[in-house]
Amino acid sequence: MSKEIIKIEDLKREFVMGTETVHALRGISYTIKEGEFVTIMGSSGSGKSTMLNILGCLDQPTSGTYEIDGVKVKDLSKNELATIRNEKIGFIFQSYNLLAKTSAIENVELPLLYNSKVSTEERRKRALKALEMVGLGDRLHHTPSQLSGGQQQRVAIARSLVNNPVMILADEATGNLDTRTSYEIMSLFQDLNKQGITITFVTHEPDIAMFSNRTIVLKDGNIIKDHQNENVQSAATELAKLPKEDH
Amino acid sequence: MRVLNLLKIAFKAIILNKMRTLLTMLGIIIGVASVIAMLAIGEGSKESIRATISNMGSNMITIRPGADDRGPARGSGGDVQTLTLKNFEVIKEQATLLSYITPVVNGGGQVINGSNNWPSTIYGVNPEYLDIKVVGLQNGSMFTDAEVKSASKVAVIGQTVVDNVFPDGQDPVGQMIRFNNIPFKVIGVLEEKGENTFGQDQDDVVIAPYTTVQKRILAIDYLNQVMASAISEDDAPEAVTQVTEILRSQHKLMDNEDDDFTVRSMEELISTFSSTSEMLTILLVAVASISLLIGGIGIMNIMYVSVKERTKEIGLRMAVGGKGSDILMQFLIEAILISITGGFLGVVLSLGATVFIEKFLNWPTSVALYSIVISFAVCAITGIFFGWYPARKASALDPITALRYE
Ligand SMILES: Nc1ncnc2c1ncn2[C@@H]1O[C@H](COP(=O)(O)OP(=O)(O)OP(=O)(O)O)[C@@H](O)[C@H]1O
Ligand SMILES: [Mg+2]
Repeated sequence: MSKEIIKIEDLKREFVMGTETVHALRGISYTIKEGEFVTIMGSSGSGKSTMLNILGCLDQPTSGTYEIDGVKVKDLSKNELATIRNEKIGFIFQSYNLLAKTSAIENVELPLLYNSKVSTEERRKRALKALEMVGLGDRLHHTPSQLSGGQQQRVAIARSLVNNPVMILADEATGNLDTRTSYEIMSLFQDLNKQGITITFVTHEPDIAMFSNRTIVLKDGNIIKDHQNENVQSAATELAKLPKEDH
Repeated sequence: MRVLNLLKIAFKAIILNKMRTLLTMLGIIIGVASVIAMLAIGEGSKESIRATISNMGSNMITIRPGADDRGPARGSGGDVQTLTLKNFEVIKEQATLLSYITPVVNGGGQVINGSNNWPSTIYGVNPEYLDIKVVGLQNGSMFTDAEVKSASKVAVIGQTVVDNVFPDGQDPVGQMIRFNNIPFKVIGVLEEKGENTFGQDQDDVVIAPYTTVQKRILAIDYLNQVMASAISEDDAPEAVTQVTEILRSQHKLMDNEDDDFTVRSMEELISTFSSTSEMLTILLVAVASISLLIGGIGIMNIMYVSVKERTKEIGLRMAVGGKGSDILMQFLIEAILISITGGFLGVVLSLGATVFIEKFLNWPTSVALYSIVISFAVCAITGIFFGWYPARKASALDPITALRYE
């Protein structure tokens, strides 16, 4: 049995806005084991991004515990959290968050700039490889404003891969892609997952969820469904089935 | 985190935001330049006053009748008649620290040569006057002690007088002129000296034996002034004391009585004037401080805003693993680069500006090192602090809060 990489217990997140309190997460618990491919689903505003931000050590829960690889996140210092984000987690933002006026390759290199173990040549090489994996090998020097929405999203995906993370947290990483490209990305994720990388993938699309081996459904800050997927599809096979003219 | 990486990041950020960088730098450049330039003007005028005064004879000592009125550059001792030829003779005899001494009587009048007419001032002195004033002759000769004794009607005139009463360019030496209808034979022409610091034309003078001026022109037997020069500049204060003692005993003043005359050395005059220009400098410093303050506020604003608007960027950098210290270092390096470059350009601009002021406005300037140091330091520190402080606040946020910042 593989170890638990994510363990959350009674996680709550409240946003106080003036006199009103928004309960984005109302006490959710689950564990994700190393090597799992989990999709998180749920309607808009159900708390998916809020949860993912906490998992990515970008935000702190109001209450409840979050253990990453057996360590309580609450006990970690800001610098230790930064190191975890830098070396262990690949995070894909719903709104990409690329640096403006900065080329695709430099955007992808960014996490490695904050890792002193990676040399300049190594950095360039890895950024190049990550961009090629998402099919943007020919757009290295385009800035975000010179890229389409889907291309920007793929730059964000490349950035999340560049540090060879042990876990990828993706917030609607295929939300802006056509079916073919999103299947390509899903096939990439499935490959990475096979290499042992744990993936948590937020999506609205049920067909994307078919590629994962577990689905958690949120509603109004609560988990309403958490089930294993008996019949995991291969994205590569589905990709081959797509009609050619669709391209 | 390698410092080299941070330098690279900071450098990139500066290049990417040319306009913002330029505006920030502009604040620093103008702040630094205006302070240095203004202080340079202040220093310059102070130095030029000092230089002009010493050019007038730095060892010079003047003795005037009447109590000290502290008013510099008075033309004559008025009609106070307490300074006599006897006083002059006693001072000349007893004072050991004086090298030259002359009585001075003076009065205004018309210089006439044929149909040419010019209002001027006649100074009645002895030949030592030239040594005291440190002025030579461009032409002819000075009158002698014998001519003083015999009250000869001879005169040495300044260039302005020459220009106005000998407009045809003829040699004035040997010619006759009339001063207030008294005929004088011109025997010499003074070297040109131009205007002094107080705007007085030093070439607009007629110099004649004091005996002649006393008898023929003014019809007085007292003196307006006694001028002397100390053996050296260092001896001047001691010489002033000596002369004061001699005159007090001459005038039979009691210990509790104030001087009824004024002895002033050039040194004193210099300090009086320096204090006037000190006031000017203080004024300029005040104005400069205000511009420095405004420059500082400008730098502060733009730095603060530019860091604030990059809160999102800070959030992202932290999200991908940048530590708070990395972010701070980046912004600190940016702020230092901008402030130092701006400060440097400001110094260069100020040096250019002072050269311009000196060349084209003819104002004397002198750039003081301390003004460079102070203005540079103030601008750099403001720039660095307000580049660092908002960045520190932003880097203390959770990454997601910073990322959400609008
Ligand atoms: N910083 C915040 N301040 C206040 N309320 C917030 C904040 N972030 C999220 N919320 C609220 O929390 C709830 C959950 O938001 P969240 O972004 O997690 O939704 P989501 O499931 O990701 O939705 P979507 O599918 O549209 O992205 C929403 O009602 C939202 O208004
Ligand atoms: Mg969301």
